[in-house]
Amino acid sequence: MNSVLFKNAHIVDPISGRDEVTDILIEHGTISSIGKPAAPSSVETIDLKGAIAAPGFCDMHVHLREPGYEHKETIATGTAAAAAGGFTAVACMPNTDPPIDSAEVVRAIIDLASGLAVDVLPVGAITRKREGEELAPLAELAGAGAVAFSDDGAPVVNSRLMRIAFEYALMFNKPLIQHAEDLSLTNNGCVHEGAVSARTGLPPIPSISETVMVARDLMLAAYTGGLYHVSHVSTAGTVNLVREAKKRGVRVTAEATPHHFTLTDEATAGFDTNTKMKPPLRSRDDLEAIKEGLRDGTIDAIATDHAPHAEHEKLVEYTYAPFGIIGLETAVGLTLRELVLPGVLTLVEAVEKLSTNPRRILGLKEIRLEPGEPANLTLFDMNNRWTFDVAKSKSKSRNSPFHGESFPGKIIGIFNRQQFIRAND
Amino acid sequence: MALSIRHLLGLENVPREDIQLILDTTPSFLEVINRPIKKVPTLQGTTIVNLFFESSTRTRVSFELAERRLSADVVNFAASTSSVNKGETLLDTARNIEAMKVDMVVMRHSVPGAPHFLSRMCTSAFINAGDGAHEHPTQALLDMYSIRQKTGALEGLNVCIIGDIAHSRVARSNIFGLKTMGASVAVCGPPSLLPHDVESLGVRVFTNLDEALSFSDVINVLRIQLERKAGAAFPSLREYRETFGITGKRLERLPNPPLVLHPGPLNREVEISSDVADGPASIILEQVTNGVAVRMAVLYLLGTRKESDS
Repeated sequence: MNSVLFKNAHIVDPISGRDEVTDILIEHGTISSIGKPAAPSSVETIDLKGAIAAPGFCDMHVHLREPGYEHKETIATGTAAAAAGGFTAVACMPNTDPPIDSAEVVRAIIDLASGLAVDVLPVGAITRKREGEELAPLAELAGAGAVAFSDDGAPVVNSRLMRIAFEYALMFNKPLIQHAEDLSLTNNGCVHEGAVSARTGLPPIPSISETVMVARDLMLAAYTGGLYHVSHVSTAGTVNLVREAKKRGVRVTAEATPHHFTLTDEATAGFDTNTKMKPPLRSRDDLEAIKEGLRDGTIDAIATDHAPHAEHEKLVEYTYAPFGIIGLETAVGLTLRELVLPGVLTLVEAVEKLSTNPRRILGLKEIRLEPGEPANLTLFDMNNRWTFDVAKSKSKSRNSPFHGESFPGKIIGIFNRQQFIRAND
Repeated sequence: MALSIRHLLGLENVPREDIQLILDTTPSFLEVINRPIKKVPTLQGTTIVNLFFESSTRTRVSFELAERRLSADVVNFAASTSSVNKGETLLDTARNIEAMKVDMVVMRHSVPGAPHFLSRMCTSAFINAGDGAHEHPTQALLDMYSIRQKTGALEGLNVCIIGDIAHSRVARSNIFGLKTMGASVAVCGPPSLLPHDVESLGVRVFTNLDEALSFSDVINVLRIQLERKAGAAFPSLREYRETFGITGKRLERLPNPPLVLHPGPLNREVEISSDVADGPASIILEQVTNGVAVRMAVLYLLGTRKESDS
């Protein structure tokens, strides 16, 4: 369906500033008019009854697992989960097999995603094979369509190499997305080092493992003028460093995941491997600092770090389980429940963190809800609570700690690339 | 009286009444193992698997003796001889063993939470015989029993655990259990071997051994786990011995030398000198004897527990 009339849509558009209930007529994938009464039309009409129509959400940090780990997720299943969760674009991380460190893999991913309603934006590796030894062919990657660079899952440890990457990436005006972790401080740990790990005896990851690396990277970014984006901020120390660096004019942006602003390390006390992710769930103080960072603009984007793993891979001893949880279908619900309803963010600010800001960081075209613009929309109903049933997830994997939880803001669907994808009930 | 718990996975959050019941049940089994015929029919027809994924001699032998003296049918499973080496997951291993109709599983594993995970996925009653650096509840119970045997009570006692606290399941279980029973617990060791946020466990913290000894009615001296590379957190065994080793000379200086426990196996002349280990303040061998009786009490109480008890 490439033409549709959405009646009584509550448009929330941070860019145009629109905040009104009206009708949106989309014809052949393009917004042809906004306002009521819309011209009589033969297209299908959907009455949104005041539900929100926002510029399409963009998750700048997902793992689609293809190529290489298709038993966990594929581009088809991952984008289906994205659509169900209200995202019209996802940036996929390069820790595939082979990794996204050549133009061929970038093109293969873009090919596999062609025709889908969700834009798939490959993130190229910073270093060859993500091994942190030598620079990946960044110009070739950018030329093939990579939107940013990251060795995600692994940090770039070598300071000189990171410096060179910062300098070289300036040619493309694309950010380096760092998985900030000092592996010597992590020391094979798997949960936050604090009161809970003192009780459980699980090998801990101190908060300084992240913060030390962010501090170094900010110095490198300041020195080189490079564009730096901090992945999945998990510590109060990182929030403070980024806030202070922004004041000094360092070109830094940051993202936080819904699980880091929702759960603390207390969740790990029961040894459920769906509470194991990197960076780990941290303390209440860290969680509050992340919320404050989101509120005051230090943290620009909300990104899921959607990390599917097969059931048998997670049904093992805690330290043997892989890191990560799926997040595409619960991100909007968690954002509304944990940030918007309690007043940490306004709805407009939440839309900025889910759409405007990640798109700006990745250098994507602005979405404008205006006549003549391609329709790229996320539709959700603030008045419709829903319950997440992980068994019905569109993802191939089931590793979520949020099964059975209730959320505001049921996703109605997305419109993108001339397609309306209705979220299932 | 019956236990409120169905598994013994740890002592954290185990109610005082349950610990009390286990300690109060122990003397009758201590009496059994001091008889010429050290056997009672209590668990006849009950099948117990000792599922050991980490090498252990004394704990496994202690459990096996406890099981056999209760007339249970006993199967020993060691990871080195198992399908685990063929890549089978822990869950598959456990489900296969359960399919052979067992009633109780005594489990040791190097990963914290491994028995908690299996107990959620299986139907048997689980006893944790040590899960990584997390808990070793029967060790703490036998330590508490041994202390109580000498002092008469745990309430109000000052107990200090000395050594590598960060990597010690014995330390954690003792801290949880002793605090529940009203003892005042301290830890002592080099700060690099204490867990970050150790104060959150509700213990006093000493980094000076002599101050710790002056505080203590009882000391529990932990083994320096050389195999866990704890050594990386301090410069040398010599320096450890000089700074934290329990020696007769140190204890002599005290007006009231503490009772000395050690969970074994000993590194003689590292964390403890032979004159202390074999001296009058030491109850190390009593701990070992009591261990069998305490484990019999735990097996009996869990093995004869009915669902309606909870």
